[in-house]
Amino acid sequence: MKNLNKSTQKLITTILTIFVLYIVMQVMEQTGNLSSLMSGLLVPVCAYSLVAVGLNLCVGYLGELSLGHAGFMCVGAFTSAFFSKTFQGTIPDVPRFILALVIGTLAAALFGFLIAIPVLRLSGDYLAIVTLAFGEIIKNVINVLYIGMDGNGIHFSMKDMMSLGLEPGGTMLINGPQGITGTPRQSTFTIAVLLLILSLIITHNFVNSRTGRAVKAIRDNQIAAETVGLPITKYKLVAFTISAAIAGVGGVLYAHNINSLTATTNNFGYNMSIMILVYVVLGGIGNFSGSVVAAVVLTLLPELLRGLSNYRMLIYSIVLIALMLFNWAPGILKFREEHGLTGAAIIGKFKKNKEVQ
Amino acid sequence: MALLSVTNLGISFGGLRAVDGFNLTIEEGELYGLIGPNGAGKTTVFNMLTGIYKPTDGKIHLAGKDITGGHTAEINKAGIARTFQNIRLFGDQSVKDNVKIGLHNTFEYGTFTGVFRLPKYFSTEKEMDKKALEILAVFGLDEEADVLASNLPYGKQRQLEIARALATNPKLLLLDEPAAGMNPNETADLMNTIALIRKEFGVTILLIEHDMKLVSGICEKLTVLNFGRVLAAGETSAVLNDPEVIKAYLGE
Repeated sequence: MKNLNKSTQKLITTILTIFVLYIVMQVMEQTGNLSSLMSGLLVPVCAYSLVAVGLNLCVGYLGELSLGHAGFMCVGAFTSAFFSKTFQGTIPDVPRFILALVIGTLAAALFGFLIAIPVLRLSGDYLAIVTLAFGEIIKNVINVLYIGMDGNGIHFSMKDMMSLGLEPGGTMLINGPQGITGTPRQSTFTIAVLLLILSLIITHNFVNSRTGRAVKAIRDNQIAAETVGLPITKYKLVAFTISAAIAGVGGVLYAHNINSLTATTNNFGYNMSIMILVYVVLGGIGNFSGSVVAAVVLTLLPELLRGLSNYRMLIYSIVLIALMLFNWAPGILKFREEHGLTGAAIIGKFKKNKEVQ
Repeated sequence: MALLSVTNLGISFGGLRAVDGFNLTIEEGELYGLIGPNGAGKTTVFNMLTGIYKPTDGKIHLAGKDITGGHTAEINKAGIARTFQNIRLFGDQSVKDNVKIGLHNTFEYGTFTGVFRLPKYFSTEKEMDKKALEILAVFGLDEEADVLASNLPYGKQRQLEIARALATNPKLLLLDEPAAGMNPNETADLMNTIALIRKEFGVTILLIEHDMKLVSGICEKLTVLNFGRVLAAGETSAVLNDPEVIKAYLGE
């Protein structure tokens, strides 16, 4: 492990940690030590982590603030759930889920690509506002979509269920604000963890490749990047599309974990976009492992604090502020550095102890 | 045929005529200086040559090819690289990575190869590392290859910027005030470096500079700009003794 560089070492540490946590969770679940509430959160936690990793690629490496990643998650969720529901009787379970995963990811990537073309001409606040609007548009369009299937094929309307004119035996695939019901629940904790690890490897490899270096160069200094011959637009598009695709994977997991998938403000609206941005900022901009940690802690925290009833959100906010100060306040950073409380220093100590043994 | 020929170049920002009727011819292998008082339009000329500004009128030819108003990245591929008056490094990346970004168009592999670490990734990265270290060694920066670019001392940041520009394998290198903010020792080092890169990379150089010692020491030809117009052009010694030039610099 000595000749590997720092970021590769960190990736391996993160993957090992996730793996250990996965084993612990599995054992606890098998032995009945996990409350149903907690076990119900396992897949969503991974889904949110995935979206946070995707957004971190956009915020930390492309250097552009997107407030629309819940929108890409939504696209991934609905296209994959739609596919799974449509072919529920015709394609066997496993290949259907794999196809749903591919379709959800590609659809999110396609939307990312299409949105990026006009949006990446903007930067800073303007980009944030446009992506925010995009997320809302996606959510609202899905709320007026009515798609049904009967013997004659697929029927589509944006008015109401009646106007589809379905035959008596027909099924509703997407039912406006009620969304998609009866999606097969195929997102297991194992699949979710595997996809999360895969996304961490992909993002790590991406930012340490030729393309990733170019993306970082554009972030650091666009004019200088142009004068050394980098095609700016191309690499911005590539990074944004990959970022959206990873958010789409999170959406696929999310959709195949619940019975009825609806697009509301809480799951795919700006609330969620902001929540994911909080994971990214709190976990450290440009730090993929940090995004996962923040997503896990901040998803579990409100549930663990449930006993405090009304004070729950108050405590939650205070914890957020405290964590933010711990991570970013210059005075506290200095204190941590002097007293060996930084992540690197702690890992360093841990390693030394190991070597001594 | 001249490597760079600029004819009648001009640009207006609203009502302000920043550069007007600018002519310049640089032969291959020359070391050419562009001087003039502050605000004369020297950096504006550089920005037009590299496509950062689109000239309002005039033509720029590089080795016979018209590059007027072309895209910055395309102009770099055609063979012009530059440094900046206010250093523009990729500060959050290592010294070696800065040079590897300069090598971006020389060594190629796709995004897919990079993400899935196909064999080509490893072989190309290895070649890039080797080439980057070779270039850094010319500047004596190979010891600091893994240092963050923003952590380098000022003088070395300037050198790294030149190294990064040379990594793009240019025919013409534009240096915008390479000696700005340097002490006499550092300036002397810089003069040696410039002589060295002419020899090692066989590159033609056009530089903007205020340090007359450096200009008279290394430039073969000069063009003097004043208020956006060419005041004098020709052999260095002749230009520096021109009464008009002395007047513009020192006043009457």
